[in-house]
Amino acid sequence: MSNTDFVLAIEDLTVSFDGFKAVDGLNLYVDKNELRVVIGPNGAGKTTVLDMICGKTKATSGSIKFKGMELTKMAEHQIVRAGVGRKFQTPSIYENLSVFENLEISFPRGRTVFGALMFKRTDDVDQRIHEVADMIYLSDLLDKEAGLLSHGQKQWLEIGMLLIQDPELLMLDEPVAGMSVREREQTADLLNRICQDRSVIVIEHDMEFVKRIAHKVTVLHQGKILSQGTMEQVQSDERVIEVYLGH
Amino acid sequence: MNTLYDRWLGGRQGAIGLLLLALLIFIILPVFLDIYRLNNVGKYLTYAFAAVSLVMLWGHAGILSLGQGIFFGVGGYCMAMYLKLEASDPASTARQTTPGIPDFMDWNQITQLPLFWEPFHSLPFTILAIFVVPAVLAYIVGAAMFKRRVGGVYFAIITQAIAAILTILVVGQQGYTGGINGITDLKTLHGWNINTDSAKYILYYINGVLLVGVILLCRYILSSKLGRLLLAMRDKEDRVRFSGYDVSNFKIFVFSLSAIISAIGGAMFTLQVGFMSPTFVGIVPSIEMVILAAVGGRLSLIGAVYGALLVNYGKSAFSETFPALWLFLMGGLFIGVVMFFPNGLAGLYQTYLKPSVDRFLDKFTRKSSAVKPAVLSEKKEVAE
Repeated sequence: MSNTDFVLAIEDLTVSFDGFKAVDGLNLYVDKNELRVVIGPNGAGKTTVLDMICGKTKATSGSIKFKGMELTKMAEHQIVRAGVGRKFQTPSIYENLSVFENLEISFPRGRTVFGALMFKRTDDVDQRIHEVADMIYLSDLLDKEAGLLSHGQKQWLEIGMLLIQDPELLMLDEPVAGMSVREREQTADLLNRICQDRSVIVIEHDMEFVKRIAHKVTVLHQGKILSQGTMEQVQSDERVIEVYLGH
Repeated sequence: MNTLYDRWLGGRQGAIGLLLLALLIFIILPVFLDIYRLNNVGKYLTYAFAAVSLVMLWGHAGILSLGQGIFFGVGGYCMAMYLKLEASDPASTARQTTPGIPDFMDWNQITQLPLFWEPFHSLPFTILAIFVVPAVLAYIVGAAMFKRRVGGVYFAIITQAIAAILTILVVGQQGYTGGINGITDLKTLHGWNINTDSAKYILYYINGVLLVGVILLCRYILSSKLGRLLLAMRDKEDRVRFSGYDVSNFKIFVFSLSAIISAIGGAMFTLQVGFMSPTFVGIVPSIEMVILAAVGGRLSLIGAVYGALLVNYGKSAFSETFPALWLFLMGGLFIGVVMFFPNGLAGLYQTYLKPSVDRFLDKFTRKSSAVKPAVLSEKKEVAE
């Protein structure tokens, strides 16, 4: 079959750690402008899948194609430059730098040693940083040291650091963990806005939040897909209720 | 103008710090010390290059090298080879079995100058080698380590092992390197006698200018996006990698840069002290260099210079009186600094002195601290 219609096409993906198959023959396709949520119990292999897409973990076998490019053979920074952005589970920002500097470092220019040395804070950089800061609700805090932000604001900042690179595929690992109810709502709005011109994969446990954002839900269990479909379909699936949703 | 002031000098704080340091090196010390002592200070200041290189590498990039002595030694030996060849002209070595080669080669029954010594007849080549050899060596080691994601303690141990290997090599290959005694009896640099008092003054000043130049260059690099990237890499390496940067290239760059800086110090050491030997290259001096940076404050370029001056002064003062105790004292100093003053002298300055200095300066310049005064306006107001 042709992979070209999908932004991301994962086929027969397997990774084993000392014989334990964390991901086992996974097939997953993500459409253009789709927001896919991946749920599943702990140890289902959700984070491992993201790790393999962004190159952090090397696949044992199988293929990951992003716009027709085979990601399993590329280095991490090449995958990022190809247009795949990834947010980590715990907010991963540069605590000693200001919000502005965090976004500036993530701006996709001057990525070589010499380029970084010669990088200039031109108007378009400044403008883009303000634009992104606006989206992630941090435009009043640009000069603040990032380490002093609240947990939720740190999560947003990391999302902003990805948005400034304008990736075609954005992967978010538990973006609302540790957020207040109000912050969760704002994050849901943010995600609904940003998936309009890119594909997004979100790992999340908060089912209320998942309902608000998901186009399609994939349930992973023991490294395999247990169920897949709309939120309603998945929620009424007997097997999903048994292993994950409970009751 | 603003670029010069903010990026090279580091704003008002940086400019003042640098001014005080320049005052100390270029005026106060030469006025108050006789040439013997000044020459000693010059020697301490060559270690400051290594300390500054570690501020860049360890403080800002988070890469601890326990082998900066390697590069200090490479610079020192390159310079020493040139000087030794000049001191070994056929006339002054006429009594040797093979005239025209360094004396230690003759003692080791070597009858022909080894091939790798040949280019060191040329001063331009030697100066080039002082920059290129350490850079290439650091590039090879760095590429081998950082591309494979070797870091932290493992990197420190490997650099230390390389320092040990090179020392053993230099000591073992006596005929080619001068062995444990090193390369001694150095006399002239391109015909200019380096052992006179006036030459020692000139070399001291050249050393000082180079050191200030290196600090300015480092400040420029740290004020660029590259500088912020180094900090970012130190704290969240994965985030930098997954922002599209090839982290290993940045590490190789800063490691090579630190190697060149140390090598300049080594070359100036040879010129001022008049010889080079493996005792300045191996594990112990490499670790001492880390202590210099730690005492000065590992994030402060200027602090590293004070650290180098203070620790080395202490070393020579104490080791004359209590030779057996010095090493214990040095170890104690390191532990004490790490435990109680993790930011070293620069940290103490920030906490205790800087507030009063700031108040004094604000009163002096009659400017609110929110407005950054330019150098010129500051000077003008002082004149008024």
